[in-house]
Amino acid sequence: MSIAVQCRGVWKTFGTGPTAVTALQDINLAVEDGEFVTLVGSSGCGKSTLLRTIAGIESHNAGEIIVGGVPIRGPGVDRAMVFQNYSLYPWLTVVENIKFTRQLAAHTRDCTSSDVEVAAGRADALLGVMGLTSVAHSYPNQLSGGMQQRVAIARAMMSRPRILLMDEPFGALDAQTREVMHDLILHVSQLESCTVIFVTHDVEEAIYLGQRVVLMAPRPGRVDTVYPVPLTRERSQAMKHHSAFLELKVAILDRIRSTSGMKTDLELLQKLSRTAAQR
Amino acid sequence: MGFWVIRGSVSPQRYWLLAALGLALPLIGWATLSATGLVNPVFLPGPLSVLQRIATWYSNDELLGDIGISSMRVVAGWALSALIAMPLGLFIGTFRSVQALLEPLTDFIRYMPAVAFIPLVMLWIGIDEGAKIGIIFIGTFFQMVLMVAEDVRRVPMAQIEAAQTMGATRLEIIERVIVPSAKPALVDTLRITMGWAWTYLVVAELVAANSGLGYAIIKAQRFLQTDKIFCGIILIGLIGLAMDQTFRLIHRKAFPWLYLRS
Repeated sequence: MSIAVQCRGVWKTFGTGPTAVTALQDINLAVEDGEFVTLVGSSGCGKSTLLRTIAGIESHNAGEIIVGGVPIRGPGVDRAMVFQNYSLYPWLTVVENIKFTRQLAAHTRDCTSSDVEVAAGRADALLGVMGLTSVAHSYPNQLSGGMQQRVAIARAMMSRPRILLMDEPFGALDAQTREVMHDLILHVSQLESCTVIFVTHDVEEAIYLGQRVVLMAPRPGRVDTVYPVPLTRERSQAMKHHSAFLELKVAILDRIRSTSGMKTDLELLQKLSRTAAQR
Repeated sequence: MGFWVIRGSVSPQRYWLLAALGLALPLIGWATLSATGLVNPVFLPGPLSVLQRIATWYSNDELLGDIGISSMRVVAGWALSALIAMPLGLFIGTFRSVQALLEPLTDFIRYMPAVAFIPLVMLWIGIDEGAKIGIIFIGTFFQMVLMVAEDVRRVPMAQIEAAQTMGATRLEIIERVIVPSAKPALVDTLRITMGWAWTYLVVAELVAANSGLGYAIIKAQRFLQTDKIFCGIILIGLIGLAMDQTFRLIHRKAFPWLYLRS
């Protein structure tokens, strides 16, 4: 197995002087080719920042991120990203959104006419896989949130990226839609055999999707623990009731609680309930 | 289906009924007030005499010419400011450094009253058509720049970042994301600033004009022709309304995705 993404001593600070915040502290993480890794952690742990740094839309102050053997310098067509929402282009239809990369020089440089045909076929195939064929000529605001995210995923997959970066892509969806999307993204990522790094704050989602769950801790943002998920690569909804799944979920939730710095809130609540009981 | 439901919906029939009522009520009030004879017609001419005045203005006094020249001045001043404000606002809204360079200056100038520039404009440009267009330009341009910049800034960051992750260049992001994304808001800004351009018409025609609706109003004031003043004001209102509706129609035709609901 070769390494798809390697973070070596990545540091990132926001701001300067006394108000500077260390968002990422010495991140070392290697993601294998074809692996599905999920990043979890309480808010402010830097999981989104790490993902955005790997995408190249956020710069890092020290260390290097190696993708395909070379350190990244900004965004690249080898990495595609799916955002939580509002990233689709509302003036384009579904199929036009998916084909958006075909308008960009980075994807059409040295492009032959057969490439154009391949691209058209690719768009059709993605529409089919993502269940979007019937809405291909609708506009995004005619679609439900779940359907919109399908379009966003298809658009990201259009240029066959080696690595798919997903920043809480299902965070705004309802629970039922999420389950469908989970199985869909597992299916698509295996079909395309691409590496996925997936950020979420939902521990169950992280375990269900990931082969490894990377737990990050806040202040300063750092990698706390990496949990291998003791489940087969093929997942099914029933696995959520396996004891191995539940034990891992409890362990991760406990660890998040103890790293989140929310202890003071718990103490305050206990104090309040004590005073209430005394009355 | 109460009248006072907060943000409640209204059926199209009721909407048009209320709109017609809103327009008719002041008209009826005006007609009754002048019919009772309580107010001297010099202060408040009746609707009929205003209508008659429009007819005589049309037959004896070049009404169409006045409308034409005034529209030309308004549209020229507004188009000139749009021509410069659009690219400038795009730059201010896209690049923080350009914003720092130009926005405080624009904010400062836009508080200066356009009317106060009249003597300077006369000095710099003279007293012909250019001066009138110049006044309208000064009145609309600085506001327009800031509105365009704001429209551009309101393009969701996720749309821009998505393009970045797809490998779009800076120029491609501006051309293929920022401009199309901001376009509906920009058309609205053009519509609103067109309204402001009309409000500067009368001021602009203070400058040695001898034609135009604003000039006619000023001249009518000298002869105490209140009915003609009413005519001028109402005509400007009607032309503005027509232009506004045209812009709304363009908006609906050009951006169909905004008016869809599945």
